[in-house]
Amino acid sequence: MKLKGIFLIGLICMGCFSACRGQAESREKSLSIFAAASLTEAFTEIGEQFEGLNPGVEVNFNFAGSQQLAQQIIEGAPADLFSSASPQYMETLIEAGLVETEAEQIFARNRLVVIYPKENPAQITQLADLAQPRMSLVLAAPEVPVGKYSLEFLDNAEQDPAFGSGFRDAVLANVVSYEENVKAVLAKVALGEADAGIVYRSDLTGENARQVGLIDIPEDLNVIALYPIAPLRNSSHPELSVTFIDFVLSSVGQDILAQYGFLGAEP
Amino acid sequence: MKISSPASISGPPSPSGPRLHPVVGPARRLGRWVDQSWRLAALPLLLLFILPIIVLLTRASPQQLLANLQEDQIRQAILISFRTTLISLVVIVATGTPLAFLMGRYQFRFKRALDTFIDLPIILPPAVAGLALLMTFGRRSLLGSWLEDRGLQIAFTQTAVIIAQVFIAAPFFVRAAAIGFAGVDQEIIQAAQLDGGGRWQVFRFIIVPLTRLALFTGAMTSWARALGEFGATIIFAGNFPGRTQTMPTAIYLGFEIDLDMAITLSVILVLTSFFSLLVVKWLVAEEREEETEESR
Repeated sequence: MKLKGIFLIGLICMGCFSACRGQAESREKSLSIFAAASLTEAFTEIGEQFEGLNPGVEVNFNFAGSQQLAQQIIEGAPADLFSSASPQYMETLIEAGLVETEAEQIFARNRLVVIYPKENPAQITQLADLAQPRMSLVLAAPEVPVGKYSLEFLDNAEQDPAFGSGFRDAVLANVVSYEENVKAVLAKVALGEADAGIVYRSDLTGENARQVGLIDIPEDLNVIALYPIAPLRNSSHPELSVTFIDFVLSSVGQDILAQYGFLGAEP
Repeated sequence: MKISSPASISGPPSPSGPRLHPVVGPARRLGRWVDQSWRLAALPLLLLFILPIIVLLTRASPQQLLANLQEDQIRQAILISFRTTLISLVVIVATGTPLAFLMGRYQFRFKRALDTFIDLPIILPPAVAGLALLMTFGRRSLLGSWLEDRGLQIAFTQTAVIIAQVFIAAPFFVRAAAIGFAGVDQEIIQAAQLDGGGRWQVFRFIIVPLTRLALFTGAMTSWARALGEFGATIIFAGNFPGRTQTMPTAIYLGFEIDLDMAITLSVILVLTSFFSLLVVKWLVAEEREEETEESR
């Protein structure tokens, strides 16, 4: 009796698997790309253009925090390409043996900006204002790349006599929340719940971006985020993956990225 | 007395549990086959419930768990979780009891609509709840700006953590308590009133003792749900270690960077929730047994 049951369950499982596979084959080719949340808008457009140029190809994106994506891939999530907001998480996958050492390429760079709600309740006009007492600041958590870069920017500023020592601690004392991703930082500043936040320049494109003003961080203090992309070793479409990377690096791909506030692959 | 609790799915009170009718002759084998098939058919879902929990519990060694418990961030998260959920529980019981009494013992217009509002937080995605709370208590809202003028900020504070927990978890208590209150026999209340009991006395000495189990199970379920609250909290209260970072928020961030920490906190959450629900079920079973003995 028990054996029969196990057999039955096995049969059901096999049914499931073959059903899943059948679905995947019904489209000609489907490329599954895990990409950092900050790439959402730019990659969506690149993906649409790529589909237009390659009939029969369907591009599927999974946008989330780079660290979360890396973790998902390590736990066995099926992906063809990984695009991270920091070389650190690409490194994680290389160490895990999921990406070839040589395969990684930098395709874009990003920089930090300070944002404040349009009506500017804390009257922020320059970077030094981040240290003024009784203002509320929202940063990304140090666990996410942009959060780590934000802290690096504060370190850089602290070295600069224009800000002086104590700047970092004064700014950190104003932090009311370390958000789990950069879009949440933007959302909370756009809602006016915080007086300021630090995000990527490329985040200021959607509807939320219209609700905020921005202060540029000078290049010598700024932290430039490098965005690597690489095919995964167990990708089911290795050739198509390379074609996609080439497209991202082509002038069309680079133009789209620039449109969304990214700096080009080459400094 | 009738006891209902959303936390318990129990069979009929007979000690032998559910049985198929005794079958004789050639039909007997068929009967046994049907009986076995039911058990097999129940297996896949049961496995889905149990397997991930077992895997989670066995992923880290006890020594590793204990070592992780020494870490400041983990301790802070545990402390904040227990502190906020206990305050939430007090608020839920204090404000939920009158509402449950109203819903359980009175008939009025729009009762069904009100009832639906009370159920809504249970099925609403917590992210929606968080957004709604942020819009209501945030700085730009009427309420929020009024409070801010008086020097009170709610978003990003522990108060926000508690409001989020109450919003999400209170319906479980209200629901259970209302069903309990509705089950109290009107004749008992009338008898107590005839004996000169005032309204408060009747409530305190008749209704509460009769419904204590429903109130307790409701409170425990609410508390367990508050302990697991994540979606509304992270939107409304944000994440600040030592201030608003609860266990579930720390787990979410830990999943991204420090899997060990996430697993440690997950294990604590699973064990706490499991045993609090188990205590509830055990108490319900005890009470049922007592009742059946009394009725004999």
